[in-house]
Amino acid sequence: MAANFFSANPSTKKLGKEKERVVDPNLQPWVEKYRPKTIDDVSSQEHIVAVLEKTLNSTNLPHMLFYGPPGTGKTSTILALSRQLFGPDNFRTRVLELNASDERGISIVREKIKNFARQTPRAQTVASDGKTYPCPPYKIIILDEADSMTQDAQGALRRIMETYARITRFCLVCNYVTRIIEPLASRCSKFRFRPLDSSSTTTRLQYIAATEQVAVTPPVISTLISTSSGDLRRAITYLQSAARLSAASIPPTEITARDIQEIAGVVPDSVINGFARTLGIDVPAGVDESGDVEMADAPNGSLRGFELVQEKVKALMREGYSASQILTQFHDLVILHPTLNARQKSNCALIMAEADKALCDGADEELWILEVALRVNKAVA
Amino acid sequence: MLWVDQYRPKTLKDLHYHEGLSQRLKSLAASGDFPHMLFYGPSGAGKKTRIACTLRELFGPGVEKLKIDQRVFLTPSRKKLDVNIVQSNYHIELTPSEVGNYDRVVIQEILKEIAQTQQVDLNAKQRFKVVIINEADSLSRDAQAALRRTMEKYMSNMRIILCANSTSRLIAPIKSRCLLIRVAAPNHKEMKTVLEYVAQSARAGKIPDEAAEDIVRDSNGNMRKAILVFEALKMQTPDLSGPLSIAKPDWETYCHKVGDMILQEQTPQRVMDVRAKLYELLSHCIPPTIIIKTVAERVVQGVDESLKADIMHWAAIYENRMRIGSKKIYHLEAWVVKVMSLYKHFFYDMDMSGFEDGF
Ligand SMILES: Nc1ncnc2c1ncn2[C@@H]1O[C@H](COP(=O)(O)OP(=O)(O)OP(=O)(O)O)[C@@H](O)[C@H]1O
Ligand SMILES: [Mg+2]
Repeated sequence: MAANFFSANPSTKKLGKEKERVVDPNLQPWVEKYRPKTIDDVSSQEHIVAVLEKTLNSTNLPHMLFYGPPGTGKTSTILALSRQLFGPDNFRTRVLELNASDERGISIVREKIKNFARQTPRAQTVASDGKTYPCPPYKIIILDEADSMTQDAQGALRRIMETYARITRFCLVCNYVTRIIEPLASRCSKFRFRPLDSSSTTTRLQYIAATEQVAVTPPVISTLISTSSGDLRRAITYLQSAARLSAASIPPTEITARDIQEIAGVVPDSVINGFARTLGIDVPAGVDESGDVEMADAPNGSLRGFELVQEKVKALMREGYSASQILTQFHDLVILHPTLNARQKSNCALIMAEADKALCDGADEELWILEVALRVNKAVA
Repeated sequence: MLWVDQYRPKTLKDLHYHEGLSQRLKSLAASGDFPHMLFYGPSGAGKKTRIACTLRELFGPGVEKLKIDQRVFLTPSRKKLDVNIVQSNYHIELTPSEVGNYDRVVIQEILKEIAQTQQVDLNAKQRFKVVIINEADSLSRDAQAALRRTMEKYMSNMRIILCANSTSRLIAPIKSRCLLIRVAAPNHKEMKTVLEYVAQSARAGKIPDEAAEDIVRDSNGNMRKAILVFEALKMQTPDLSGPLSIAKPDWETYCHKVGDMILQEQTPQRVMDVRAKLYELLSHCIPPTIIIKTVAERVVQGVDESLKADIMHWAAIYENRMRIGSKKIYHLEAWVVKVMSLYKHFFYDMDMSGFEDGF
């Protein structure tokens, strides 16, 4: 019988840090399996890669601030760069990674950095893998997810950066550059990671698909791109689960664009159109819709006015679609609508902007979808 | 044991509805590169059941041998936190929101601990353990941030399954790291099938069509509620004949009373009375969002069509403020006053227009 989760069973082996890395790649989700190993592998961020290439051949490196939306390669890039600079043997002694899951009270951070920065780096350029690494004379401290550090902690970090400036380089990584205090940000070279453009995404996805021997058609790729909005991690996850699904069906089927939409939580057009029609927006039955079914349990025919809208919203919420997804798709429908006039569209846009803000603040989804519905209903009347 | 628990499906193929989804989960569980997941959907749609079935698909019947523990965590300021934990040899399940703002401590400790221990059961079907985090949408931002890098670094020996009602309160980097799984509420037909299955399994005889219809309509897609109500009704009226009266939960009746009070009288005194009632509801741990929604829905039933949208509008506004602000009661009360004033003005304006028209 196996030891329980927390029992202090002596056979429960603590994983050495190095050990973690040796994992059968086939047991790893693709996002990890295809994490860039060198900065050359990093897709799309050409400008950044070009600048960093240079640092590989010089002994200097500025403090850096990487920022940009999720899944665009920030963490991958700094890890790859560090590995290329120091090689596998020196990585542990030369690179310290602190992230939001570590205790980041400033005293702890200070202590960790102090300990880490103490030993002076010694170059030992030929690594056990037979390759030569530049091993420049400094250590790298990666503060990943730095935007979740408090202002105070960031303030204290300034001093720390100065104290150890001679032998350490900091790399701050975050999503929102505005959450990093100015004195800290101004000490760093800033690198902005952009959402991935469609041609790099295509190349990367096709490379992965080919390596995994999965057939993908152009419509599948373009759906992956449109549903992941520049987040390559998401695109890869969708691709993988679609691949698993298609391989498991009997007989194995091809991945379709519809599979991807389903996985990505896209609301079917028929549902959005039905919603719009309830609100008095004229939507002709499209070609896309013919195959889809209307939502089950459509509101009963005798309802009118407020109650009809309320029932429709409740039905939509029962389906569990995410409110922001509904909002995005409904927004597109309204803005691109052929006959609504500019004034009506502006009014609708105003309402949706308010709802988006409220949802980001964590407001109740049903109340806000209802709010949008009622006000759009009025705006287009 | 209650019927809901007793007749809960155990494997993916026992699940009664969303067959496509079950198929998808099965195919994912069949390969070792199972991703992190986020299950979302309305309450009572069967998210937890589906997660349990997925675990069983991953690890076999061993996951059903559960142990319930209470663990103590220490905050940095040495405060003690008690957290209930359900675990098997292969997974662990917790609800970090139990400890409010200290949820980050719990997440950090537990995940590190699990991430650093290897699966010791050599016969285990998977190399990783699964951590199920319930009510993930109430995780604080800090706790969510704490999950980010951990989810990547320890992927080789840990997978996370988040369970939430909605995705809007989760930060983008977390959503980016999970495969999102939407679990819609079952529709009427599907619910009836489940009720029939339960009736049959419990040897409760056939369930009359009208009764099933009533139960399903009352439950608004919440399968759990429907089965609970079914069992309760069966106790009261074994043959389920005649017009059934489905008892509402106390808090709901109470909220309706508050709604009626608002419409009966709009005076400072009435505001005070309503406030006492609201306090009562809050002190019974009824979530303020549920309170405002339930009261608002009651109120709109009793007012003129032209007022309904306004009342819901202000409910949306004040619910939002409640989330951002710290004292729930202020915003609930502000909304009550707003509604009273709207309602009063409505009659007042009618009177005025009446005068103008020379009546
Ligand atoms: N530019 C890229 N080139 C190649 N792969 C990428 C790129 N961006 C993301 N990926 C893929 O997505 C995964 C996650 O990327 P990474 O961890 O670098 O994201 P991040 O920018 O740090 O995101 P977050 O803000 O959520 O931490 C990688 O393992 C890789 O598979
Ligand atoms: Mg990152």
